[in-house]
Amino acid sequence: MMLGALLMVNAQTMQEADPVIEIVDFDTFEPYLQIQDDTVRVLNFWATWCIPCVKELPVFLEAHEMFQERPVKISLINLDFPNHLETRVIPFIKARNIKPEVVMLDDPDGNRWIPKVDQGWSGAIPATLVYSNKGRLFREGMIDEKVLHDMIRKLL
Amino acid sequence: MIKNILSLSAFIFLFSMIQAQPGYKVGDKAKDFRLLNVDGKYYSLKDLPEHKGVILIFTCNHCPYSIAYEDRIIDLHKKYAPKGFPVVAINPNDSIVQPQDSYSAMKVRASEKGFPFLYLLDDKQKVYPVYGATRTPHVYLLSKDKKGAYRVAYIGVIDDNYKDAAAVQVRYLENALEAVMQGRVADPSTTRAIGCTIKTQTAGKAKGKENKKSKG
Repeated sequence: MMLGALLMVNAQTMQEADPVIEIVDFDTFEPYLQIQDDTVRVLNFWATWCIPCVKELPVFLEAHEMFQERPVKISLINLDFPNHLETRVIPFIKARNIKPEVVMLDDPDGNRWIPKVDQGWSGAIPATLVYSNKGRLFREGMIDEKVLHDMIRKLL
Repeated sequence: MIKNILSLSAFIFLFSMIQAQPGYKVGDKAKDFRLLNVDGKYYSLKDLPEHKGVILIFTCNHCPYSIAYEDRIIDLHKKYAPKGFPVVAINPNDSIVQPQDSYSAMKVRASEKGFPFLYLLDDKQKVYPVYGATRTPHVYLLSKDKKGAYRVAYIGVIDDNYKDAAAVQVRYLENALEAVMQGRVADPSTTRAIGCTIKTQTAGKAKGKENKKSKG
């Protein structure tokens, strides 16, 4: 609790600093899809150039606030080009005041890894995976608040 | 409870399979169309000079993946048009949603890059849903059968590295072309990729319907 409070203060004083975004290839990323505990993990695949992704983003930001007291972790898996990290992604995160974790997945051979996220995924974004040790739910296309909350509650 | 979750995931899985594969599958007969080219004339596939098939690519001006593949698409046309498989590019996007993909912007881009292939506009957005294209670039390799009908021989990506043509290891489309020219079935005949979604003015409404369905 103390640590949490300290971090909060720290985060506030650090507000002007750029967020640090880890860039990972799929092999490094894959364990994120297989963590077996009772935390519900929500992974939203998005990019700044994807209009529907940007439109639905508030749904994830609100869920991040709403489920703060529950074992729910929201991660935004960014698929912009790595050379746009400094020029587009980081300014976007700052402008929208994005709190959930953002990871940049940089792996050009989508055909190899897209089915490993979900067999039914064509590769179009936005796409959202919700999983816990109770099961996995996947959705391609835009999502609204009710669908996302239903998916989370089913796996809590 | 677990059973419920399982059946729900099975349902969502099946639903996402259906969603992910609308339109044509490999082996299907593909419809011809008539669309406006950047030269101001309308073209159909049957108007192409003598050909054995077509490399049909749904692509556009603005999408970073499309831009990354522009030079490779030009090279594909130069290599395979003489072998009977010209490239035909179709921009499926609504230019009100995506002004960089307007007809006048297409003409500018085609002239800047010297596109040697047809660059058509799906201005009524009636062609891409028939094929089932969901993103740009999205390739449909068509091969004429014995009766002269276009058959879908391959659906998917050009290769395994959108970022760097020099680092490509697997040329999925070229492998499919070689297979088709030798009378074999492409393997793999479908591939997936991250891509820009096709832009429509009614996307929001359509998605709303999907949301309802998935709850059921």
